[in-house]
Amino acid sequence: MIYLDNAATSWPKPPGVAEAMAGALTRAGGNPGRAGHRLSLASGHIMYDVREALAAFFGASDPLGVIFTQNATHALNLALHGLLRPGARVVCTSMEHNGLMRPLRALERAGVEVVVVPCGPDGLLPVDALAAAATPGTAVVVINHASNVTGTIAPVAEAGEVARRAGALLLVDAAQSAGVLPIDMGRMGIDLLAFAGHKGLLGPSGTGGLLLGASVDAGRLDSLIQGGTGSRSEQEVQPEDLPDKFESGTSNFVGIAGLGAGLRFVQERGVAAIRAHEMALAERLRDGLLAIGGAHGRGCCGDGPVAGGVRSGVVTVYGPVDPARRVGVVSFTVDGLSVSDVGFALDDEFGVLTRVGLHCAPAAHRTIGTLPGGTVRLAPGPFTTPAEVDKALEAIAAVIRRLR
Amino acid sequence: MFGIVLFHTSSAAMKAEKALVRAGLAVRLVPTPRQFSSDCGFALRFDWAEEGRVAPLLAQAGVEVEAIRPLQ
Repeated sequence: MIYLDNAATSWPKPPGVAEAMAGALTRAGGNPGRAGHRLSLASGHIMYDVREALAAFFGASDPLGVIFTQNATHALNLALHGLLRPGARVVCTSMEHNGLMRPLRALERAGVEVVVVPCGPDGLLPVDALAAAATPGTAVVVINHASNVTGTIAPVAEAGEVARRAGALLLVDAAQSAGVLPIDMGRMGIDLLAFAGHKGLLGPSGTGGLLLGASVDAGRLDSLIQGGTGSRSEQEVQPEDLPDKFESGTSNFVGIAGLGAGLRFVQERGVAAIRAHEMALAERLRDGLLAIGGAHGRGCCGDGPVAGGVRSGVVTVYGPVDPARRVGVVSFTVDGLSVSDVGFALDDEFGVLTRVGLHCAPAAHRTIGTLPGGTVRLAPGPFTTPAEVDKALEAIAAVIRRLR
Repeated sequence: MFGIVLFHTSSAAMKAEKALVRAGLAVRLVPTPRQFSSDCGFALRFDWAEEGRVAPLLAQAGVEVEAIRPLQ
């Protein structure tokens, strides 16, 4: 089996992840932040240590500004529903995932003004268009750091500058970038950072978080849910303290222990080394796909750079040509073939696991011109090998030969 | 004799514990002694002889404290 769906969820996990989770259940296991007994304190310590590690990793000022959530979508919902009131203006891009677009469209119905800045067909965000849209009085600018469809990287530091000039907060969706691109909230002007724990940070599903920078007034961020926090228990109203205000109910400390182990692995190997590894594999995939396309009708269909990417024969590969502007996500289509047929044959006959369709990001597919058909997405991870990539390419060539 | 630091949240107690341990103090998280009413289920016990260092160290670490009291 060859797993090329790391953009959805990374697999396998470093061995330390399962060990840390088992340890959290057996050596800790009390309800974190509630009782003062040793098992509760052990769980609480696990959570605090991971808060501290995440704050340091992302350049956040205070570990107590790390709010654990179930996933990036939950974190984005907390930020958007918490910050945006009817009449407020929010600016996003046309490369966003539905984890962001759906809460924004729900808020739009409630009277929030949503402005979508069009990106180029390769997903690149024109900063001048963002600056023009972020008029003074804009409440929030929100940017998808790296596209889950094309891998396109957004200019976050420039967006931070745009947001600062408009007096807006910058919210960054780091679902695809955390663990594979350097992120420093302070230096990049990021006020709120939403991340997933189960992708590039190599933790288990059910983990994620929202980091609040020092610039965020938590008093102006409403909680999504209210309930028990183990603190100020005589009050029936939600406490304002961080992180308790946003973490009602018993936390997923077992998952968070696993996330801590995933993060340690990322830090030991290094973000730059992981990125270099994944990009080398992504380039190998792109080159291989274009060679396969060329073997099936070179010159038939307008070879070379096209609006959304590069064409060779019957294959189109999407995203910017420059690898410095992408993360290791490769989307492609084959003329005349449905992506679901390709994906099913790859899994069923060759054990090559991909993700086909719209990847929960119709806006991004509209931008690159692949709506409604979608693309086949290949996403290598830190444990993918060049030999696996070569085998996957052989399988893709065989599937195209047979289906076309 | 011990002293007790009371907090609003357990995360603040964890943050304080780290800051004081880093500064070389012998501290221990304990269930909040019942004579104190506190917002948080546990508190940080320290050697009262270090009382003069505790508040400045916690302020320096940016930890919000509910109160610091001697434990009779």
